[in-house]
Amino acid sequence: MKQRCLIAIALVAAGCMMAQTPASSKVSKPAWHAPRTADGQPDLEGVWDTASITPLERPVALGTKAYYTKEEAAAYEKTRHVDLNRDRRDGNADADLARAYNDSWFDRGAHLGATLRTSRVIDPSNGRFPNLLPAAKKKYDEFHAWFAANPADSAQDRTLYDRCLVFSQTGPPLIPGNYNNMYQIVQTADTVTIFSEMGHQARVVPLTRQPALAAPVTQWVGDSRGHWEGDTLVIETANLRSNQQSRFGVQYEGMSDENLRVTERFTRASPTLVIYQATVTDPTVYTQPWTIELPMAKSNEAIFEYACHEGNYGLAGILSGERAKEKASPIK
Amino acid sequence: MQYDDRNQPMRIFLVFALTISAFAQTPASIPRLPSGKPNLNGVWQAMNTANWDLQTHAPSAGPPALGALLAVPPGMGIVDGEEIPYLPAALDQRKQNMAKRWTDDPEIKCYMPGVPRAAYAPHPFRIVQSSSQNSTAAILFAYQFADAARTINMGPAKEAPVDSWMGWSNGHWEGNTLVIDVTGMNDQTWFDRSGNYHSDALHVIERYTLVSANQINYEATIEDAKVFSRPWKISMPLYRHVEKNARLMEFKCAEFTEELLYGGLRRK
Repeated sequence: MKQRCLIAIALVAAGCMMAQTPASSKVSKPAWHAPRTADGQPDLEGVWDTASITPLERPVALGTKAYYTKEEAAAYEKTRHVDLNRDRRDGNADADLARAYNDSWFDRGAHLGATLRTSRVIDPSNGRFPNLLPAAKKKYDEFHAWFAANPADSAQDRTLYDRCLVFSQTGPPLIPGNYNNMYQIVQTADTVTIFSEMGHQARVVPLTRQPALAAPVTQWVGDSRGHWEGDTLVIETANLRSNQQSRFGVQYEGMSDENLRVTERFTRASPTLVIYQATVTDPTVYTQPWTIELPMAKSNEAIFEYACHEGNYGLAGILSGERAKEKASPIK
Repeated sequence: MQYDDRNQPMRIFLVFALTISAFAQTPASIPRLPSGKPNLNGVWQAMNTANWDLQTHAPSAGPPALGALLAVPPGMGIVDGEEIPYLPAALDQRKQNMAKRWTDDPEIKCYMPGVPRAAYAPHPFRIVQSSSQNSTAAILFAYQFADAARTINMGPAKEAPVDSWMGWSNGHWEGNTLVIDVTGMNDQTWFDRSGNYHSDALHVIERYTLVSANQINYEATIEDAKVFSRPWKISMPLYRHVEKNARLMEFKCAEFTEELLYGGLRRK
C-alpha cells in the first residue's frame, strides 16, 4: 500500500491524500488541484491580500452561525460599511475623535472575505476569543490599569506596533489590520518565505522538522518550521517573544507569554484563493486554543516598503504629548 | 623578449593548467535551479571592512569609552581605481559627514541601509530565489540588519512607484549573472560609516555572479549626477555561510535605538 501510495503521489497527489483523509471529512472530491512549483510542491507563490470587512469576532447575536448566505452577506455589508465609515460626522465629539484617521487611511476592501464567514475567529464555535485563565486575567488587568494611568512613561511602555516591532499583520498568527494586509509568498526547494508588507518582515520558513532555536532564545517573529501535509503547508512556530503588550495588534488586545505556540495552515483553494488558518495555543494564558481563518485573495499589486521605524514621528509625538500634559497639570 | 623554444613544455603545461582552472569555474560547476538559472539561494555575507570605509583605510580610534571595541579596523578598499569621484561641493559634504560619523550615520538609528550598503553590512543576508519561472515567481533579498528586505521584479522593468529606503529593483539575467537595476532610493542613507553618501538621484546597477558553490562575485556601479562627476564601481566577493545551522536571526534594532531616539522624552 505504501509503495502504491508513493506512486500515486507522483501521479495524482490529491488522490492518495484522499485515501488518508478521515472518513468524517465531508469533502468528496476536490474539484480543483493546486498547481505545482518547479520542485513539485503545491504552488502558493504570488502576492496575496487578506483585507476584508469581516469582523475579527462574531457578533454575539449570531451565536454559532459561521457563514452568511449571499443575501445575508449583501445586507450585512451595507450596515458594516456604515459602521466602519470614518468620514461620518454624525456622532458626538468622542465619536469624532475616534474617527480621527479618516477613511482614506484604511485598506480593508469593500467586501466580506470570499468564504462569507461571519467572523475571522472560527474556534471557539461562537467565533469569539476564549477567556483568559484567572491568573492571566489578574496580570492582564493589573497591567492595563497601570498602563491607563501611565500611557507613555517611556517608549518601552508603548504598544509593540507603536514601536514598530510587531504588527498583527506580520504575526504569527497573521491577523489583518487597518492597512498593509499584503503578503508575497516565495518558495524554494527547502524553504517557504512569507514576506509581509507590514513591517517588511520576510519570514523564511525551513521545510524541515529540525529542532527549533534553543528555548531561551526568543524572537518577536518566533522560530518557524514548515512541512507539507498533502497540499497544505503547515508552519509551527515557537520561541515567540512576548511582553505585557498584545502581539495581536490593534483589533484585539490579547495576551501571550513564553508558552505561546502558533500552528498555521496555508491551503491553495483556487487560482485566486489561499485559505489561511492559524491555531494559537497558550496553556498558561487561555482557557482553550483559538483559531482564525482568513481567505487570502490573489493580488496583482506589488509589495511596497512600509518604513515604520524610519518615519516614526508618532512615538515621539505620543511621548512629548504626555510630557506636555504633565507640565500643564502637574497633579501626579 | 626573445622567443626561446626550450620553454615550450612549460608553456603547454601552463595553458593546460589554466584550462583546468577555468573549467573548474565554468558555469557547469555551480548549483542551478531546474530552469538552469544559477541557484543563489542561501545565506551570504561580505568579509571586508567596506561598511567602515569603502576606500583603503588605516585603523583609527573610535569613541574613547569603547576603546578597541569600536576602533575602526584597517582594510583594503573595494572601489575600482580607489577614487570616489565626488563633485567639489559634495566632497565638502562628505568631509562634514566624516566629522559627524559617530552621531550622523543612519546605521546608528537602525534605518534600513539602502543599496548597495545592505550587501556589505556586517550581518548576513538571505537570497530567496523561487524555483519556478512563471509570472508569480520572484527573487527576494532578506537582510538581517533592521529586517530590511526587497523583492526583485523579474518581469518587464517598471518605474519606481515611489522613493523608498531599499529602492525599486528591476532584475534580469545576463548569462549567469543576475543584474539588478535599482532606482527610487531616498537620500537618507550613507554608503559607509565614514560618511560616503549620495542623493535621491542615486542609480545602482548590481551584478551577482555565482562563480562557485560558495562564492558570488558582487559588483555595483554607482551613478548620481548630483554628487559624483562620473559613474564608479565597487566589487567584492560574497561568501556563503556554510555552517549547518546558518540562518538569519532577528535583529529588530529599532528597539535598541529607543533610548537614543526617545530617551529624552522619558517621564522624569
